[in-house]
Amino acid sequence: MIEVDRLGRTFKVRGTVTHAVQDLSFGIEAGEFVGCLGPNGAGKSTTIKMLTGILAPTSGRLRVAGLDPSRRRTALAREIGVVFGQRTTLWWDLPLKDSFELVRLLYKVDRGVFRRRLDELCALLDIGDFLTTPVRQLSLGQRMQGDITAALLHDPPILILDEPTIGLDVVSKAGVRDFLRRLNAENGTTILLTTHDLGDIERLCRRVMLIDHGRLAFDGTVAGLRAIVPGEDSIEEVVTHLYLSSRRSPRTPPPRPAQDPPSVTA
Amino acid sequence: MVRTYVLLVWTWTRAAAQYPLSFTLMTLGGMVLGGLDVAVIWVIFTNTTTLGGFGLSEVMFLYGAACLSFATADLLFGNVDRISQHIRAGTFDTMLIRPVSPFVQMATDRFVPYRAGRVVQGAVILAIALSHLDVPGDRVWMIPVMVLSGIVIFTAVWVLGSAVQFLLTDAPDLTNSLTSGGATLTQYPLSVYSADLVRGVTFVLPLAFVNWQPGLYVLGREDPSGLPYWLRFLSPAAAAAMALVAALAWRTGIRHYRSTGS
Repeated sequence: MIEVDRLGRTFKVRGTVTHAVQDLSFGIEAGEFVGCLGPNGAGKSTTIKMLTGILAPTSGRLRVAGLDPSRRRTALAREIGVVFGQRTTLWWDLPLKDSFELVRLLYKVDRGVFRRRLDELCALLDIGDFLTTPVRQLSLGQRMQGDITAALLHDPPILILDEPTIGLDVVSKAGVRDFLRRLNAENGTTILLTTHDLGDIERLCRRVMLIDHGRLAFDGTVAGLRAIVPGEDSIEEVVTHLYLSSRRSPRTPPPRPAQDPPSVTA
Repeated sequence: MVRTYVLLVWTWTRAAAQYPLSFTLMTLGGMVLGGLDVAVIWVIFTNTTTLGGFGLSEVMFLYGAACLSFATADLLFGNVDRISQHIRAGTFDTMLIRPVSPFVQMATDRFVPYRAGRVVQGAVILAIALSHLDVPGDRVWMIPVMVLSGIVIFTAVWVLGSAVQFLLTDAPDLTNSLTSGGATLTQYPLSVYSADLVRGVTFVLPLAFVNWQPGLYVLGREDPSGLPYWLRFLSPAAAAAMALVAALAWRTGIRHYRSTGS
């Protein structure tokens, strides 16, 4: 479903070149549920933006549902649903149901199919009570439920979520997780999510990828991730260990050792 | 694409109609501002009989045509210049994951029909001016051609300015100076401006083809700056060339789009 081969993306800011993503390769099969971890600024969001066609890569090859994302953006849009936890894809001042109607028009979903699909999603995600509320007045949890609904109205085979549980309380989080698990198990939807919440990874993902400094630092099962640090049971400790050790890795120049302040009285 | 555009416009209009008071006030406000423009021309003519060698009806004809083109372009596609807001707010990312061109999405986003007030105003002024002028029957065909070309030229200028904002995220003022500035420029006979400016808007940024060159044909006037006669038939060609350049710039802009953090 997703093929990434030596993908790279650089940004030039005032003459300095930053490698946000470099030499990244992985593949995701249909029906997989993959979680993507990585410290802030590791290149997760940049990768998601390239997978969804928002950003064009600067090197490497990329296929999502058989399409080159940045060149076949509109065709790809029908194959993927995208959710950004940090911001809504809905219209701030429109009631939720009007937002859904706009999504329906954009994706040209047949009215009958749309109604059936919305009813199903309403029941599963429990959003019936606030369909007429403008998006700006929704709580974060409600907004996320609305965003996930909007991303699935056109029934895409692939769902990509960038930090879908960020800022959610435990109950909302459990609701979102439960829904995603069922969507993957019952509908066969391929799911790729990025998160900082290790609970998402432990409870949902059969496979974990760890992206650091724009490269793939780990790709395997949750058990395999745990086994990296022998004797450590808590996945949080394992990941902390990995993040910290990568900071000291030779790939980035180590911080200059603090020098003694020049003595004034010498 | 046209169908999607119309459906989206309709949905946004329904949303705007939920606030009837603000809707009405905005429409009236637009008309008052436009009225002031006309008042300025009228004040000038209380002190003189000609402006750049043109009489009141002729000036009103040029003004009405420019106003109609500009207002129609603004109504249909003016929202495109909000691109830097969309980029900064991250909503442009959202548009890129939809199966509809971001251009159509942006043009229709928060579409408000109150700009239609200025379209009506332009049409009325043009009609009044024409009723005072004696345009020969075989020259009338140029009027719809010039209005349509004007719409395309103004839209293209907007799109060009917007494409620049992909690279310079803080340049909406640049777009504004091009479009609003262009609209103001074309309100008067170009003969009131310096020769260099006239040449610039003829051969560089072809605003002269919005109403000036084809207008000279309709009015049957000599070109005061002495440019060749055949230029007055080139509006559609200028519009097509501008549209092509704008479309290429837009595509390049999207390819170089860098998104924002997170």
